[in-house]
Amino acid sequence: MPVQVKRLLIAFAVFIALFLVARHFLRPATFGEYGHYRGAALKENEDRPIKYVNMNETCITCHDSIAAVRDSSVHKSINCQTCHGPGYKHVDDPQKTNIVKEHAREFCGRCHSKNPARAKVIKQIDMNEHNKEDECISCHNSHNPVLW
Amino acid sequence: MEFQSLYEAMSKMDGYCYPNEIELNWSVLIVLYPYITGLVAGAFILASLNRVFNIKALKPTYELSLLTAFSFMLVATMPLIFHLGKPFRFYEIMTTPHLTSAMAIFGFVYLWYLMVVLLLEIWFDYRYDMTIWSKENPGFKSIIYKILTLGIKDVSNKSRITDNKLGYFITVVGIPSAFILHGYVGFIFGSVKANPWWSTVMMPVIFLFSAMVSGIALVMFIYMAVSIIRKQKLDMICLDAIGKYLFYILLIDFVLEGLDQIHRIYVAEESFDILNLLVHGKLFFTFFIMQGLIGTLIPLLTLGTFQFLKPKENIRKFVYFILSLCVLVGIFFMRWNVVIGGQLFSKSFYGFTDFKLDMIGKEGFLGGMIWLVVPLIILTILLWLLPPWKKAPHIEHE
Repeated sequence: MPVQVKRLLIAFAVFIALFLVARHFLRPATFGEYGHYRGAALKENEDRPIKYVNMNETCITCHDSIAAVRDSSVHKSINCQTCHGPGYKHVDDPQKTNIVKEHAREFCGRCHSKNPARAKVIKQIDMNEHNKEDECISCHNSHNPVLW
Repeated sequence: MEFQSLYEAMSKMDGYCYPNEIELNWSVLIVLYPYITGLVAGAFILASLNRVFNIKALKPTYELSLLTAFSFMLVATMPLIFHLGKPFRFYEIMTTPHLTSAMAIFGFVYLWYLMVVLLLEIWFDYRYDMTIWSKENPGFKSIIYKILTLGIKDVSNKSRITDNKLGYFITVVGIPSAFILHGYVGFIFGSVKANPWWSTVMMPVIFLFSAMVSGIALVMFIYMAVSIIRKQKLDMICLDAIGKYLFYILLIDFVLEGLDQIHRIYVAEESFDILNLLVHGKLFFTFFIMQGLIGTLIPLLTLGTFQFLKPKENIRKFVYFILSLCVLVGIFFMRWNVVIGGQLFSKSFYGFTDFKLDMIGKEGFLGGMIWLVVPLIILTILLWLLPPWKKAPHIEHE
């Protein structure tokens, strides 16, 4: 066998060996356990803390008066956390700083800005025309969005 | 890019688009990937013409073609990696490949071509010279040569004959490999059956021939540029030969693409109306002007004329220089028309979205340009390390 071939075979063997070693370390340990993905990913997802709380067991226990307002309005089917964000921190330690209280027009506009693709049952306004100087909540109560 | 409002998003659209079609997912980096890979395959095939089919006129460009192919090959995957949302996970395509993923298998096709074909062919071609240079050059350069030769010191005629034979064998294996490499890139687009602009069995073949066209034009350009920089006289027999092959392959490429379009027009499937609007509307400039006129018709007619009427050397040199650039630009826009064009129309066939190339950012014009400049820097380093003009003359053997 010519010396070139011998040396090249060694070089390629080293390359393949390095690749296999690298693969051994770079391939996640649980890869392929259940399918073509990292098996541990399932457990990691399972272990993530649940951030949205059960509204009936938490929010309404303290904020029963607001819940009553909401229950009588068109917003009755909307979960508190849809607007106020996940409540797990606030439940553990009720502070004004760890719950979302958004006042900006754009926030209401997420659901109520005019969009031809949106279901007609949701009231929609042209954000560029409708009282553009004022915050929505200066006229509407967000928990029962008829005019104050 | 994020839209502030639906109004802004809709300002990009004409007619009806599905929500996930408004923003293009694949931008200029994905245009560059088949472009650069094509340059590699084309440059290699030009080298193979010289070696396997023994076309002596192309001899001055043999090593240059190989080194050009190699420097572009090293960069071919970079646009893809930079396009990834998580670029540092790029290696996972190799460590956890899925056999049903066209892209995962590309990693191995690429590796085969880079390691087994291109690297080996260059190695066998330069092995003897590197051994000699390791003795002639002092210091650092000598160490590099010694590492590159894998410590082989044999400079006998017998060893050179072995190099030649094995190199020839690798080239023979290399030709189908180069075809597979770029045919595969075409396949990646052609196999997307949901996209009527891409989904044609002709795609691998068209990609392959356009790759050969661009690679030959690139070598022509680089050969001229390197000769001018080195203040060396251009070998007109070689240039004319490259021009001749460029003409032949460009002609085949033009006919194949023409056949594909004629087929589309005649069959006129339900997607035809939107594609017709696409090429006459949003792709008009890049398709008819850049790809068709500048990249194909002008070079084709000029090179065709040169086969019968040969103007003076100086005029030919100038024209070859300009034509090589025209072809390179034309093939770039061919990739553009495929990649960008395929995303501009809605798969509902009822509307268009829009695309504007950013200037900065990794997906912008300047970010893309980096991947066309880096191979030239690599080539400069390779030409310094492995100068074809300092190689020992070839030996003839049975």
